[in-house]
Amino acid sequence: MHPAFSVVFFTTATGAGYGLLALLGALGGVGFIPADFWLGFVGMALALGLIVAGLLSSTGHLGRPERAWRAFSQWRSSWLSREGVASVATFIPAVLFGIGWVFLGKSGGWVAAAGSLAAAGAVVTVCTTGMIYASLKPVAQWHSRYTLPAYLIFAAMTGSVLANALLQGFELGSAEMLAWALLATLAGWVWKLATWRYNDRLEIPTNANTATGLAGGTVRSIEWPHTEENYLLKEMGFRIARKHSAKLRWITQALAFIAPAVLLVIAFALPWPFAAIASVLAAVCQLAGMLVERWLFFAEAKHTVTLYYGR
Amino acid sequence: MTCLPARTERKLGLVIDLDTCVGCQACVTACKEWNTGGHMAPLTDIDPYGGHADGVWFNRVHSYEYTTELGGRTVNFPRSCLHCETPACVTVCPTGASYKRASDGIVLVDESKCIGCKLCSWACPYGAREFDADVGVMKKCTLCVDRIYNDNLAEEDRVPACVAACPTSARHFGDLGDPDSAISQLVEERGGVALMPELGYKPTNRYLPPRARSERAARVDAPALEPIKAEGGFLGWIDRMLSN
Repeated sequence: MHPAFSVVFFTTATGAGYGLLALLGALGGVGFIPADFWLGFVGMALALGLIVAGLLSSTGHLGRPERAWRAFSQWRSSWLSREGVASVATFIPAVLFGIGWVFLGKSGGWVAAAGSLAAAGAVVTVCTTGMIYASLKPVAQWHSRYTLPAYLIFAAMTGSVLANALLQGFELGSAEMLAWALLATLAGWVWKLATWRYNDRLEIPTNANTATGLAGGTVRSIEWPHTEENYLLKEMGFRIARKHSAKLRWITQALAFIAPAVLLVIAFALPWPFAAIASVLAAVCQLAGMLVERWLFFAEAKHTVTLYYGR
Repeated sequence: MTCLPARTERKLGLVIDLDTCVGCQACVTACKEWNTGGHMAPLTDIDPYGGHADGVWFNRVHSYEYTTELGGRTVNFPRSCLHCETPACVTVCPTGASYKRASDGIVLVDESKCIGCKLCSWACPYGAREFDADVGVMKKCTLCVDRIYNDNLAEEDRVPACVAACPTSARHFGDLGDPDSAISQLVEERGGVALMPELGYKPTNRYLPPRARSERAARVDAPALEPIKAEGGFLGWIDRMLSN
């Protein structure tokens, strides 16, 4: 599948944004994270900023973005429509929580309720994003039991590392938050390795024989219907060389999991402000790594239409 | 509405005979010619005379070398929308632009509602949908919905343009939901198959596999050619001149 930058950025940014929003909503509402104005202001601005930037980026993928409002109508059948509805609906409790927690400096009561609803909305929205990909049968690497948990784990991971960086930055960090961010990063690493292992051993029942209905024997493409690349090949026939794929997997692991984990361990050992610097570096490094991860998620996915072209 | 109808009154579709298709591309050009002025018009071409010609087509003919223990043969394979019974291209559509008609099972796109998110083309395993980058919307085969019900055409012309154009009658049109229709009988008789049935889209269109080879034809062994001798004289001189 063609890794369009608008979609790669969209899923990465909204994942981190919703992860952060869920943590702030759930932990801030009950007072576990103190209602400090600047911490709350920067935190909520970062979470909502990532979400809005991601959603705007996704409309860049559309052929007719001026009609994007129509995408809220088919939530009964379409995961993409459900994602649209859930993402917009989540703004309502998120904004209420932001007003209560940041501007009024409150926690508990209705602020806790709004925070919990915002967290729930964030989880639901990330689920709908994951299901868009997990429901696509023609792409075997996506239509697997690994896809939906991956979106949830990566959102929790990037959100936690961001939340930790934020708390450390305001000198409000805690060993619990550091440990949680480290644990989430390690969980993300394990899940990505398991997903790659599964995809590399995938045996797909669909092949050139079933695609053409020519049973038995071998079916070899000898002539395409067209001489130049068409929409199908540009959009779904994207191929990545195996050596590049292997190299990019290492880059993903280094940037998204290993380096952030090491930096978080360092943050445990060092006093402020060095712990804060390490925590912020971990978050920036991980987001860069997740962009590579998401790029590979598309680039390594093979669509069944490529079978017709002998690819 | 992108929820699918529980059942359709008819299941209009195509049956394509892979035994008789000669790969002449007549169906491809007839489809383009009709549809670029039809329901989904235009079928935009980008850089049509340049080095990177690209455009929207509803029907594409591939050629394959099909080798079994009986030997190899060329199979020409027209690929277009199969008007599936459970088309995920319709259910994934967030705007309601894609729909499947309850009356005849045809899968269509309402261009005025399409936002060009391209998700339907990802959801189609068969590559039936092509994005028109110029108009910014998705386009697909309409089963020539503007021909098959068109009272302005003579009755024999009320078939999809690809079917009308096929010089070898490799393409057939009809109601695959009616077991007594001529087209259903043909599928029954020839063992017509659905493409990628394992994915569960339940395509309506069927493909008739190539017939087994006949061993009845007489073998004609032509006598071996005699070696050409270099001639002398005038003809030899002409031969040498022309050979230079």
